[in-house]
Amino acid sequence: MRRQFIKTVEEILEQDDRLVLLLGDIGVFGFRNASQKYSKRVINIGILEQSSISVAAGLAKEGFIPIFHSIAPFVAERAFEQLKDDFCYQFLGGNFISVGASYDYAALGCTHHCPGDVSLMKSLPNMQVVTPGDPCEFDMLFRQTYANGSPTYFRLTERKNNLNHHVEFGKAEVIQQGKKLTIVAVGPLLNTVIHAVEGLDVAILYYTTLAPFDGRTLAENCPSGRLAIVEPFYEGTLTNDVVTSMGGRAISITSIGVPRRFLTNYGTAEEHDRECGLTACAIRQKVEECLRA
Amino acid sequence: MSNPVSNNSSVIKRLQREIVRATLTSREGHIASAYSILDILWVLYSSVLQVYPSVPKHGNRDRFILSKGHGSLALYAVLAEKGFFPAKDLERFSTFESNLGGHPDCNKVPGVETSTGSLGHGFPMAVGMAMGLKIKNSTSRVYCLIGDGEANEGSIWEAALLARHHKLDNLCCIIDFNHSTDRALDLGDVAAKFRAFGFETTTIDGHDHVAILESLNIESNSPRAIVARTIKGHGCQVMENNPAWHHRSPGLDELKVILDQLS
Repeated sequence: MRRQFIKTVEEILEQDDRLVLLLGDIGVFGFRNASQKYSKRVINIGILEQSSISVAAGLAKEGFIPIFHSIAPFVAERAFEQLKDDFCYQFLGGNFISVGASYDYAALGCTHHCPGDVSLMKSLPNMQVVTPGDPCEFDMLFRQTYANGSPTYFRLTERKNNLNHHVEFGKAEVIQQGKKLTIVAVGPLLNTVIHAVEGLDVAILYYTTLAPFDGRTLAENCPSGRLAIVEPFYEGTLTNDVVTSMGGRAISITSIGVPRRFLTNYGTAEEHDRECGLTACAIRQKVEECLRA
Repeated sequence: MSNPVSNNSSVIKRLQREIVRATLTSREGHIASAYSILDILWVLYSSVLQVYPSVPKHGNRDRFILSKGHGSLALYAVLAEKGFFPAKDLERFSTFESNLGGHPDCNKVPGVETSTGSLGHGFPMAVGMAMGLKIKNSTSRVYCLIGDGEANEGSIWEAALLARHHKLDNLCCIIDFNHSTDRALDLGDVAAKFRAFGFETTTIDGHDHVAILESLNIESNSPRAIVARTIKGHGCQVMENNPAWHHRSPGLDELKVILDQLS
């Protein structure tokens, strides 16, 4: 997905001279050609994330469309107040592209994990939140939104679905219909969900935009009132969106996500998937429990 | 622009009276902080900034960012005096439906470039604006006023690093050095610090209009810093360097004393 990010942004830099890329001293090698070609608009700004967001806001005030890129905790957590005050409150457009979703950087430990980013970003009025499930989806969603005048958080990950979906900003996609349970599958977990529920009479709705949340598609595709949210970040992050979307109907919700505790092991992201119950096998088990309940 | 540096004291006194009266309805306001920076803002808007009150977002304007947003009353008084909005608006300062809040909102107040309040945001935004103007090859300049307490924030120094690295000779940072937060953290020689960060630095009396104007007009190939030695509550004896007046509005008895001192 990072490679696609570079390719997409390089293409848009060529076409749109309002685009300015600020790198938090990561991705510098990947963008080496772009930084030579557009030396005024591709800037390795250094390791000062809070100020980088404010600088990006200053650029937005001068009519530019800034992108700030760093690792998820340094974008969403360290610079949270700058995102709130300098972009969301002031109605400025900008793009905040993180890598290292949840525990992608498992071996680097808790300081480099960020399963709380989507909760934080969704708490900010005006912030759009996008979780592409594969590189092509990033390309589509970025082109659709980067210049729409709103601040947008893009959550890039090392994981991907390998499904060729056309995705539209703000819209959920009905992957399959089913009567007994509706699954909200988010971004890179779609493949795992499809595999997990093979043969079961369940609906799968695929979400790549989390703010604004497409409640209508959910309300129209949940005949059972039973829901499972499979989310690649802290469990419960989307619960309020789901409850609100169902408009007071009696529903039961199971959240399958990253547990709300520090994950103090190292190793690989796959090992953390097993620890967190985010494998196809573990998800199927939980879905079957929902169906039995 | 006309040279405003002579015979200004009557204007300043009048603006000070307007500022104190503005707080009476809402019973809110950082009056002493406003008095600390009023002279600087007056000289900026009268003699230095290229601004267009009837077209506040004019592309050729210079930008002024009040990073210490709690000094908003001084900014509002000067903007109203210069015709950005009616002076009558000041009477509704910080009331429920007022455009003029305790911290300035750029989406509500003509002439306000950035919404500030949380300290340490305005200066890095000013750096971003100065960078943007450079990319556009604009000759407009960016002036930013920070507080000395605000200089406790790391983001101020991060922004200072960026300003030097990107050779922002279109940027000037004015430090309102009234020592009000020395009780928490003694900043020491602020001028030496900015100098060490690569700023062309001047220290002045922040209430001397001639000195303010001269310092603002210095040309440099580097970003500039002006350390303005100021007095919090300047011009009003009961408020000067009195922490009790950091954030409050006077009672009627106090108002009479204050207005006498400002007459």
